[in-house]
Amino acid sequence: MAEELETERSDIRDDGRRPPRAVVGSHRIEEEIFGKVFDKNIIKRIWAFVEPYQHKVWLAVAAVLAFTAMQLIIPLIIRYAIDHGMQQGARDNVLLYALAAFLIAILINFVASYAQETLVGNVAEDVLFDIRRAMFTHLQRVSLSFMDKTEVGRLMSRLQGDVNSMQEFLETSVLSVGDITLLIGIVAVMLYLDFGLGLLTLSALPVLFVVRLFWLPKARLSFMAAHETNSIASGALAEAIHGVRAVQGMDRQSVNFMLFDDKAKANLRTHLHAARLAQVMVPIVDTLTGIAMALVIVVGGARVLNQALDVGVMVAFLFYIQRFFDPIRSLTLQYSVMQRAMASGQRLTDVLDVPVDIKDKPDATVLSPDMDGSVEFRDVVFGYNPKHPVLKNVSFRVNPGETVALVGPTGSGKSSCMSLIHRFYDVQQGSVLVGGHDVRDLTQESLGRQIAMVLQEPFLFTGSVLENIRYHKTDATREQVIEAAQAVGAHEFIMRMPEGYDSLLGQRGGNLSLGQRQLISFARALVADAKILVLDEATANIDSYTEMLIQKALVKLLEGRTGLVIAHRLATIREADRIIVLQNGELIESGNHTELMRNEKLYSKLYNLNYASFDDIPDEMIEGGEAPALT
Amino acid sequence: MAIELLDTTVTTVSSGSGVSSAASIAHVKAAGWGKGLSIITRITVMALRHPWQTSFAIGATFIASGFQLMIPQLLGRAIDQAQGIVAGDSSNTDAQDALLVTAILLLAASILRGLFTMVQNYFSEAVGHHIGYELRLACYEKIQRLSFSFHDSVHSGDLITIGLLDLEGVRMYFSTALVRMVLLSVLIGIGAYLLLSTDLLLGLLALSFVPFVGWRSSVAQLRLRATWLDLQERLQVLTRVMEENLGGIRVVRAFAAQDHELTKFDAASRNALELAHQRVGIRVANTSAMNLSFFISMGLVLWVGGSKVIAGEITVGTLASFLTFMTILQMPVRQLGLMVNAFARASTCGARLFGLLDMDIAVKDAPKAPELTITEGRLRFENVGFAYPSAPENPTLNGISFEANRGETIGIVGPPGSGKSTIAHLIPRFYDVDTGRITIDGQNIKDVSLKSLRRSVVVVQQDSFLFTTTIENNIAYGDPWANENRIAKASESAQLHNYVLGLPSSYGTVVGERGVSLSGGQRQRLSIARALMLKPAVMVFDDSTAAIDAATEQRIRSAMRRYASDRVTIVVAHRLSSLMHADKILFVEEGRIVEQGTHDQLLALNGRYRALYDLQIRPDDDILTG
Repeated sequence: MAEELETERSDIRDDGRRPPRAVVGSHRIEEEIFGKVFDKNIIKRIWAFVEPYQHKVWLAVAAVLAFTAMQLIIPLIIRYAIDHGMQQGARDNVLLYALAAFLIAILINFVASYAQETLVGNVAEDVLFDIRRAMFTHLQRVSLSFMDKTEVGRLMSRLQGDVNSMQEFLETSVLSVGDITLLIGIVAVMLYLDFGLGLLTLSALPVLFVVRLFWLPKARLSFMAAHETNSIASGALAEAIHGVRAVQGMDRQSVNFMLFDDKAKANLRTHLHAARLAQVMVPIVDTLTGIAMALVIVVGGARVLNQALDVGVMVAFLFYIQRFFDPIRSLTLQYSVMQRAMASGQRLTDVLDVPVDIKDKPDATVLSPDMDGSVEFRDVVFGYNPKHPVLKNVSFRVNPGETVALVGPTGSGKSSCMSLIHRFYDVQQGSVLVGGHDVRDLTQESLGRQIAMVLQEPFLFTGSVLENIRYHKTDATREQVIEAAQAVGAHEFIMRMPEGYDSLLGQRGGNLSLGQRQLISFARALVADAKILVLDEATANIDSYTEMLIQKALVKLLEGRTGLVIAHRLATIREADRIIVLQNGELIESGNHTELMRNEKLYSKLYNLNYASFDDIPDEMIEGGEAPALT
Repeated sequence: MAIELLDTTVTTVSSGSGVSSAASIAHVKAAGWGKGLSIITRITVMALRHPWQTSFAIGATFIASGFQLMIPQLLGRAIDQAQGIVAGDSSNTDAQDALLVTAILLLAASILRGLFTMVQNYFSEAVGHHIGYELRLACYEKIQRLSFSFHDSVHSGDLITIGLLDLEGVRMYFSTALVRMVLLSVLIGIGAYLLLSTDLLLGLLALSFVPFVGWRSSVAQLRLRATWLDLQERLQVLTRVMEENLGGIRVVRAFAAQDHELTKFDAASRNALELAHQRVGIRVANTSAMNLSFFISMGLVLWVGGSKVIAGEITVGTLASFLTFMTILQMPVRQLGLMVNAFARASTCGARLFGLLDMDIAVKDAPKAPELTITEGRLRFENVGFAYPSAPENPTLNGISFEANRGETIGIVGPPGSGKSTIAHLIPRFYDVDTGRITIDGQNIKDVSLKSLRRSVVVVQQDSFLFTTTIENNIAYGDPWANENRIAKASESAQLHNYVLGLPSSYGTVVGERGVSLSGGQRQRLSIARALMLKPAVMVFDDSTAAIDAATEQRIRSAMRRYASDRVTIVVAHRLSSLMHADKILFVEEGRIVEQGTHDQLLALNGRYRALYDLQIRPDDDILTG
């Protein structure tokens, strides 16, 4: 990547000065587009998705064969009509027989083409959606550690691009059965009609084959280059749009324009090159067709003159010649489709094969809503990488109705505690108990229903405010939603929005401020009405006015619930019934504010640094120990 | 004001914020004929600016279709010659010579047809690519120059759609609409003349499929296009469901809402699948009908032609040339729909694209605007009033007046939505004031060149956009020719240098959307460094230290104190510690300055500033001792 940028920089045209430190747009390195042509395992996996539709597929193949057969037969009928129905002295009804045969052929052709295209088209769409659904469902169950390390964009390109290339593959592979049959059929029929003439004309076929073999790799490179410059130019345009305020604020328009011109020019150049390569095949195919037809005329014509060949055969030959380059063209294209499909198939199966680490036990208990709401950690050892535990023998208990604040510097293991209660991950040693049950003995579904979680970064979905507050509790009434919003103090600003609770939120709630989004996510947790509330306080700076609302809402939210709050703000911490201080994965002290202050360990040290939020404290001031900095 | 809206949003590149795309997607009403025509004319004129390539493309189309039309004739002649019909009673060798001549002519015609088709295709694509190149540049430049008020009102995804898909629609016009129209007219026109003049009845039968197939194909294409747009919208919904699910997977899991999400997915998926099936239906029904009608015509030609051959009215060769002609004509006629579609597409896409290109730029240089000259470095707001174009009846600022001299720091504070950021945005003329004026050293900022103004006034935004490139390039964004020393110095002042040195490729590390992701505070420090590079006379911090911890902010402030004497510094913030030190603090509420003075003066005032101060400082410290 750095190297790439380096070359880009030296590309910039010189106007006397040294090149600027500037680029426009960025470029993602494309994934492997082409795989092996044929991979048995992948075919097997894909077949599993096609299997439910296999009757339709076989029917489609039958229709393709019937369709192809008609393509072959129609010139033969014309040949028959000419040779037997149109010669002097031919009986009238021979022509009528031929016409009747023709009529039947085109009706079969009609039905077959209809059936084939409908079946193939629909099955390919169905399979596409099935594969996508299977992946999506699977992603709902795989461990969060997989999701954490995988970019959403990458998964999306699996769910879209790769799935689409499978669809393309399915469509064309059924059709290529037709192409192969047509090619073989044409060769067979021509040889059958006249072996010598057939052989002579068919000699043009391997020539085309060889030419295409040489042409294809070059063409593919050139098409890929065109595709790439296209996405580079598009990326630069997108950047200009998204960053337009920075561009204008820094007055970069002229430099950007000059740099963009280079990208647009490269795009033009590669496209022209690709067009040249694509078009060069046209005269080659036309020349070969011309040669084949000329051969039929000279050699075949002479034999017709000598009565050694029926004129109808010559006509049929001329018809076949006009068709027989088509299957070669589509088959060579099919080759690329296959390769692309195998690469995509590989990536799809990679996703489908991500193991599901966290599963319900076969005899898992359903956590009853009547449980007491206690949370307990018993000697918990846990690490995302078992070799480097994030939590080391942590034990504590949160009693029903109690609010506990988790406090500690970044990386102390606070967030991990939160994830373990919800069983996002499994502990390596010890156990986490909710309502007295080991979370591993409960169904994930029932556990989730009893734990409401508010994340640090409030995440909202596209949809109305109402839908967002209600979220998965689709049976919550409008009144309940409004009540929740009022309780957390979100009602006023919601009512100020153009359509109140029915106002649509932008992408991820982009039209709301962070504080407002936080309040909506509070309301959402309130509607979920769970026994236990796990909350990660927002660290980002929120203006004081909203901050006040949030503090009030928090009190409301914790009413009558067991609360576990990862707290950053002193105000929140001091409200808690108990404070648990973590450092480097170990619980170092716990108690209420007064007790901890007396303890004169980490907590009192942090507190005495006099920051309004623990997150403001620079790392170097925390490191180095337990000794209180009290003077 | 904004462009008439758009059909689809590109999934690959759309990102960022803005209103929901579902809400903004709207179909363009079919442009009136007059307007459509003027757009088509405008594209055609663009093509004509490449006279050579256009002439090659059109000329080659004529010649290629001419050779194309010779082929059925030559084939027919060869068949007749083979039967000894043309040669009459002359000898066998004469007939063979005649066949050889025909064969050579046929070969020549085939080769030439191929060559000219190549020329035709290449140049018609080339014209399209050149038009595409010109439009791409124009589009890019226009988007860069259009004012903030425009960008506020338009969804970024919609602009991307214009710049990519609509541009494609216009680019394809020349090769798929115009050249194809010429090709079809020549093939059908001359072909019909040849056929009809040879045998009227047979010619009519041979051409009988043309109107039906042309009609079906056009209807099918237009319907497919309409449903395609619809399908894209439905897929867009599906994409959003998946993207939000994956992006918000923690929320989904936290609420154990997988089933709920699957229901959403299935609904969106089914919705799209239904239409996809429907589209298969439209396509198949039409292709089958077109095939059938073609073959019926062929059957009729065979029947009537066969009878005529028996009756001796025409030769087998003539019949064969009719049949060949039909096969040649079949493809282009079936593609008639593509041509109709290309015209429709070019006209709607062109309407949007040209709508963008013709858009007025709200904030621009006055004619012959002089450069801003900084002498004393004094910034003045004189009774400034401003309303956003989206809400003209609801002014954001009212009668704002203040003065700031070189070396001074002005703090602006107020509740959310009070208009404090708007004040910041008016100084570099991101928007123009409605009433009053803003001057720098006595020059109205409206009268000087934008370029010079924006070099002198730099705003550090709260959520500043980082470009996906190296840190070095990002810092030097406003001055790409800066040397390394200056970059490092700016970075040091912004308290970023040490962090950067710790990165794997230090200043060469790629950041931004696709690079190393920086925390909010690091991003803000980077954008402060970026602003420092310009050595502005007025530097505005628009809540741009909110994510930086207080201690680091303090260090940034003291590092910048060295330069602060050369400029006016304006700090907009909600955290009082960011602006307590200012020489003057303005408390803004509902678009007016309600209190002003130094920190101590304002505290003594016991007004709104005091209230905010009490809210922000740590509450009672009695617990400490208790």
